[in-house]
Amino acid sequence: MEIAHHPPTATGLDNRKLGFWTFIGSETLFFGSLISTYMVYKGAAVTGPYPHEVLNIPVTSVSTFVLLTSSLAMVLALNAVQRGSRAGTLTWLLATAIGGLIFLGFQAYEFTTFVHEGLTIQTNVFGSAFYVLTGFHGAHVSVGVLWLLTLAALTAMGKIGREDSLKVEIAGLYWHFVDVVWIVIFTLIYLIP
Amino acid sequence: MSAAAQDQESVVGGTGSTDEPASHPTWRFYVMIGLILTVITAAEVAVFYIPALRGVLVPILLVLSGAKFALVVMFYMHLRFDSPIFSGVFVAPLLLAVLVVVALIVLFHVLPHGMGTISGSG
Amino acid sequence: MADAIASERGPQRAHAEGHGAAALYTDPGGLWATIRGWITTVDHKRIGIMYASAALFFLLVGGLEALLIRVQLAVPENDFIGAETYNQLFTMHGTTMIFLVAMPLAVAFFNYIVPLQIGARDVAFPRLNALSFWVFLFGGLFLNSSWLFGAAPNTSWVGYANLTSVQYSPGLNVDFWVIGLSIVGISSLIGAINFITTIINLRAPGLTLMRMPLFTWMTFVTSWILATAIPVIAVALIFLAADRFFATNFFVPGAGGDPVLWQHLFWIFGHPEVYILILPSFGIISEVVPTFSRKPLFGYPIVVYAGILIGFIGWGVWSHHMFTTGLGPIADSFFVASTMIIAIPTGVKIFNWLATMWGGALRFTTAMLFAIGLVAIFTIGGLSGIMHASAPVDLQQHDSYFVVAHFHYTIVGGAVTGLFAGFYYWYPKVTGRLMSETLGKWHFWTFIVGFNLTFFPQHFVGLFGMPRRVFTYPAELGLGGWNMASTIGAFIFGVSTLIFVWNLIRSARRGTPAAANPWDAPTLEWSVPSPPPHYNFAEIPEVESRDPLWKGAAAGPDRAVATGGDEPHMPSPSAWPILTALGISLTWILLMARIWWVPLIGLAVTAVCVYSWAFQPAFRAES
Repeated sequence: MEIAHHPPTATGLDNRKLGFWTFIGSETLFFGSLISTYMVYKGAAVTGPYPHEVLNIPVTSVSTFVLLTSSLAMVLALNAVQRGSRAGTLTWLLATAIGGLIFLGFQAYEFTTFVHEGLTIQTNVFGSAFYVLTGFHGAHVSVGVLWLLTLAALTAMGKIGREDSLKVEIAGLYWHFVDVVWIVIFTLIYLIP
Repeated sequence: MSAAAQDQESVVGGTGSTDEPASHPTWRFYVMIGLILTVITAAEVAVFYIPALRGVLVPILLVLSGAKFALVVMFYMHLRFDSPIFSGVFVAPLLLAVLVVVALIVLFHVLPHGMGTISGSG
Repeated sequence: MADAIASERGPQRAHAEGHGAAALYTDPGGLWATIRGWITTVDHKRIGIMYASAALFFLLVGGLEALLIRVQLAVPENDFIGAETYNQLFTMHGTTMIFLVAMPLAVAFFNYIVPLQIGARDVAFPRLNALSFWVFLFGGLFLNSSWLFGAAPNTSWVGYANLTSVQYSPGLNVDFWVIGLSIVGISSLIGAINFITTIINLRAPGLTLMRMPLFTWMTFVTSWILATAIPVIAVALIFLAADRFFATNFFVPGAGGDPVLWQHLFWIFGHPEVYILILPSFGIISEVVPTFSRKPLFGYPIVVYAGILIGFIGWGVWSHHMFTTGLGPIADSFFVASTMIIAIPTGVKIFNWLATMWGGALRFTTAMLFAIGLVAIFTIGGLSGIMHASAPVDLQQHDSYFVVAHFHYTIVGGAVTGLFAGFYYWYPKVTGRLMSETLGKWHFWTFIVGFNLTFFPQHFVGLFGMPRRVFTYPAELGLGGWNMASTIGAFIFGVSTLIFVWNLIRSARRGTPAAANPWDAPTLEWSVPSPPPHYNFAEIPEVESRDPLWKGAAAGPDRAVATGGDEPHMPSPSAWPILTALGISLTWILLMARIWWVPLIGLAVTAVCVYSWAFQPAFRAES
């Protein structure tokens, strides 16, 4: 019966991991299209606020740092589960999720500030492209946080052991991918004038 | 399983469900990558605020963020140590995504337009 | 004649194997248990049958729409249906035929055939496979439910911005379109990831990439195109939905938005989509032609590489749909060149099929006739395609009936013809009975006559200046005769399709019983009984060549009989795929409420289903 769960594959690779990498490959096109649109519409807004008037580099640098650090916590969680350390797994999974929550907090602060400064999703084409791109990224982070908290709860209940490290690894792949998307967004949308 | 697949299995050192500590980088290694990522991010932000670098800002930023992207994908996502099949299913679509971004930027911002509503600069 | 061929190895053996399709597809517990069995199934074969059934239903709907269009155009200045109904009909005809017929019919074959061809017991993710189907079905039904509200989409299958904006399309029509397509797209994406994983990972021992049957290869390439192109249209649809439901400015020129961006995003998806439609059929006939020529496929590696090349170059030609938007000379030249280049790998395949037939022991079964039909008709469509690959020529032909003729020659004459070949070829595997060859030949010849009579005149109609998507035309154009010919052809085509559907239904009960390998075909799906047991292979086969049933250990007198042994343990049925599909569909549909938080209800339903799914073991003890 155990054998039926994980039959040997033609490549020796796990189906779930391979399927997930394919999904990530597909996601590059999703974010690629969103980013393209932002770039195409750069300078196209006919009314303000314009990007340089609202984008807050110092604050976003901090939130970027938080997200990057959460990626470190994520690999440490994987490292812990592979070593069979339940406490380590739980700690680092929670640390990753908290990093994600802080990032979302920054995003909520950023969106609220922008709205106060007069930039909504309806204001101009910059607002539309910006909110939809960063909003979808934020939605991905939110899904990731839920996923991590679920894994953390399972770990606390003792249901994630060494043999389940793949579950943590796949959640990690998702988390790091969301992180690299932000690396691109931070550079292209925030830093490049 | 074919002989080729078995070879590959032994090279990549398991699928995550098998224990092969040698293929998993250490705690220390991950922290070091984390430090490098932080330093690069700091450099990016610093470059942004240095007026002298205004002219070369875009290429510098692209290189730096490309480096960050590569570090995370290679080491945190383990593509460097994992089966090349994973790299394949990720990098091929990634190249298409880059193609789409570059092509659309070129079409809208670089090439002269006949009737487009966004005027080109070329 | 072909009945005689089938009986060479056929009927005697089939009865001995004793696997009736009826026994396999019904539940001894009665009707309700049978229905529940189908709704909760995760068996790739049942899912394949459901895909095919749903797509055939949509085929009849889309065909009816086509006939109404042709009646309206039969004579000049006709007032059979008004302009508004006409707009809805051609929009729904195109959308239905592409997204709800051609694609899911190909997916039906992916589902049923690929695991059998690679020696697997199911796909990599059986429950996700069920989810793909239900999402597709709900999306398709939702799209068509627009007819009940008298608000079917009316802005053509390409839905160009900013005609689709609330300002110019205030009704529900475009809402149905953007939501319906988004739902259907999710289905394609999940399916693509599933098949990529399946083909990489679940191949039988010895089935290396360069031994894979061509149909599996083309499924692989098609799945890659889907996995990469669907996200792009998804983003375009999200922008359109955001513009309509949340008043954003993506395609609002007054706010700096650019409607041309829609065209780019649409065609970045839309042109690879053309190859999504045609490559599965190329794969099918690459199985059919060798089988009925009794020769291995000529130049197998070339056909594989050509398929991969088509998949890649298909990403670099999209703007040839947009020459009239004024991209400028540099972009135009690039896309002219890339479009002409992609004709090369396509042309190469044509010669591979011809060379396979050359000197072969040809058997002109219906499947073979349709395969040959594809080679002939698709070539005509390819030639007209090269004509408007040239930008200056395209400027004349754009938006005219010439283009309508061209893409029907490629999509119907290519994709659909190949799918018909697939039906005749694999039907005995699915049902254990052959389709009637007599009816099949009636189907084929009425199809050839009806199809060509419908679409060949449209080349001329287009060159004489008749634009597409206009509900009528003045008598002075002098095109009444051509159009009447098209309409007569369309009705012959309609009759031909009814013969096909009748053949499908009738043969299920009255067809000649088929053995495991009625065609003496070389690939693995023919090594298991017809229809295959739910676990496909009692023992996973070893593959030693490209044509395992022609060469190697599996070939031989007893090769067609699966060995006995204990039944393998298969994944358990699950209700979560259909419930998750409901949640996903609901999320999108609730956007129509135009209140930002209402879709979150659907999202919550989806989340509950996803969690329940994740915590339900894929394999459960038999109750």
